[in-house]
Amino acid sequence: MKKLLFATAVSALAAGGAFAQEVRIGILLGFTGPIESITPHMADGAEVAFAEINESGEWLGGQTIASVRADTGCVDSSLAQASAERLISSEGAIAIMGADCSGVTRAVLENVAMATGVPMISPSATSPGFTTFDSGGLFYRTAPSDARQGQLLSDIVLGRGIDTVAVTHTNNDYGAGLANAFVENFTAAGGTVTTTIPHEEARGDYSAEVGSLASAGGDALMVLGYVDGGTNIIRTAYELGAFETFFVGDGVFTEDMPNIVGEAAAGVVGTVPSSVGTAAENWERVGTDSGINWSSSFVAESYDAAALLALAAQAAGEATSAGIAANVLRVANGPGEEIHAGDLARGLQILAEGGEIDYVGATGVNLIGPGEAAGTYREYMFEDGQLTTVQFH
Amino acid sequence: MELLNAIVVLANFVLIPALAYGSQIALGALGITLIYGILRFAHFAHGDIMAFGTGIVILVTWWLQGQGIGLGPFPTALLALPVGIVATVLYLLAADRTVYRFYRKVKAKPMILVMASLGVMFVTNGITRLIMGPSEQRFADGERFIISVRDFRDWTGLAEGLAFRSAQALTIVVALIAMSLLFWFLNRTRAGKSMRAYSDNEDLALLSGINPERVVVITWAIAGTLMVLAGTLYGLDKSYRPFTYFQLLLPFFAAAIVGGLGNPMGAIIGGYVVAFAEMGITYAWRRVVGYLGPEGWEPAGLMQILPVDYKFAVTFGILVLVLIFRPTGIFKGRTL
Repeated sequence: MKKLLFATAVSALAAGGAFAQEVRIGILLGFTGPIESITPHMADGAEVAFAEINESGEWLGGQTIASVRADTGCVDSSLAQASAERLISSEGAIAIMGADCSGVTRAVLENVAMATGVPMISPSATSPGFTTFDSGGLFYRTAPSDARQGQLLSDIVLGRGIDTVAVTHTNNDYGAGLANAFVENFTAAGGTVTTTIPHEEARGDYSAEVGSLASAGGDALMVLGYVDGGTNIIRTAYELGAFETFFVGDGVFTEDMPNIVGEAAAGVVGTVPSSVGTAAENWERVGTDSGINWSSSFVAESYDAAALLALAAQAAGEATSAGIAANVLRVANGPGEEIHAGDLARGLQILAEGGEIDYVGATGVNLIGPGEAAGTYREYMFEDGQLTTVQFH
Repeated sequence: MELLNAIVVLANFVLIPALAYGSQIALGALGITLIYGILRFAHFAHGDIMAFGTGIVILVTWWLQGQGIGLGPFPTALLALPVGIVATVLYLLAADRTVYRFYRKVKAKPMILVMASLGVMFVTNGITRLIMGPSEQRFADGERFIISVRDFRDWTGLAEGLAFRSAQALTIVVALIAMSLLFWFLNRTRAGKSMRAYSDNEDLALLSGINPERVVVITWAIAGTLMVLAGTLYGLDKSYRPFTYFQLLLPFFAAAIVGGLGNPMGAIIGGYVVAFAEMGITYAWRRVVGYLGPEGWEPAGLMQILPVDYKFAVTFGILVLVLIFRPTGIFKGRTL
């Protein structure tokens, strides 16, 4: 953090020159509400990218980026829209890194961003709804959609020779969307879903839910929810002898699984978004050097979202909303030189000289048109109580 | 064989869980009914004070575990119970001194006491969250199973398995002991008799020389003990989290009202009625029917009366039906 502050201070001093101009970009995240524990780290991730760009002095002939934070409340659409309006009209932000939760992101996009033509890149909105939503090229995201995860889970289940499953999902947009995506893909590929039962989080007891799932039957149980309810259901189902094999979505990912569910962990297979190879190593280096909590959820995605906005402006040659919106796909997908986390200065140079780049970033960014990111998923299981990677998809 | 399988499925998913759950509700409802009968108000802080007491038990359990003290196959929490009970009773007495006693003295209407207990509920909830945090805490240890599903299948060769967890057995046994002790106390001891007298007719009891403050203290002590027992058993059997304890308030009141408010026997019966209704109505009977019916007659649907999401609605439904058709409950308690 010290280094980051120092870097920001240095760049602020450097920006004192007569030639320098300050461009504002909004960071719109739920600093209050259900995900308030992870959003400060996400904002840090985005600011690390801005600091790196400011330090390079290569951005649009020496201009600097100032970030402005604003709150969405994660589930409070009116607060999120008010914050977004403030960012754009009174703070003069030309682009928005955010929003976070799918519901408020959709609200801000439809009612504020599309009305004013300001581009948004969300680091964490995973609802499949954005894939088909026509934002007029203003909305992008660096977190892969649950539609893809549903497809992937279906492939994994079938690949293991299992063709009947019972599904339970947490009772909200995320759970229902992911369950829908899975069921559609799975039945289309010839599998049978015996039942789909929603469950609530933070219940003391899930034996009634498990009882219904057991009556419906199936060779495996698909749990799409969060760690809390998900692990409880797995443990209850295993202890009541209802299921032996479990598949879980990214929300249920925890390295602590064997401690929580005991021997049932041996039957758990899951997916979680994850970057691989050099991209991951570079991000770890950048994250450690800047002293932020780089391994927390969606921090790498936030860094990528912020970097993409800045690189798109550089590609456009001007710091305008329209310029950024038009150039996001160009810098994200290449073809051109691969740019990793910590490499932003080189990326800026290449773009300034009229070259092309392929931004890889912290998470292996690859955008499939507006509103959709490909992303990399890790398929994992537990062997002898240890988290092991089966393969990357 | 088919019949045996049907019985085993039913026992595994409905009978045993409902028996344990019913015992936990019965212990909680006993406290509600005692407070209602003797102090004459609906005690809304019940669930949250239960969470507070269980929190103390958990802290002591962790300390004991850290010291390497345990009970072998039994959960260490049993050793920590006395500390939790003492702390909870002291907390209840403090609440009585600072809040309820004043309203009793001015002979406030029961509804005002109910609102006061609502205030105590919020304060207690805050304290518990400060100490324990809002998330789930684990404190169960010792032998987890008496019969595990896989062992049962191996022994019997049946297609269906049966799980009987030690926490469930413990719940049923402890609840039975606590209930018998309570009835012995209420019916055979002088203090118990004075409590019943005070409950039946306050003025007559005062005339015959019963000290009302003593009755109040004993009532809180018994209610506190029952709360910590119910809370700890629920935590061992299921999981501990302050919020779920607050949610238990509805089944507690439903059980107490179904049985007849102020009637201890009614609270116990009511507890089991609520538990079996919740589990039975939301259970999917498909497998049981499949085993009982002729070959190949397994129904395509789940044979579920209500989806699982409506678990609380079942409790609520029972409550409404009882209040409409038999407001005094099964055992002729008082009306609200």
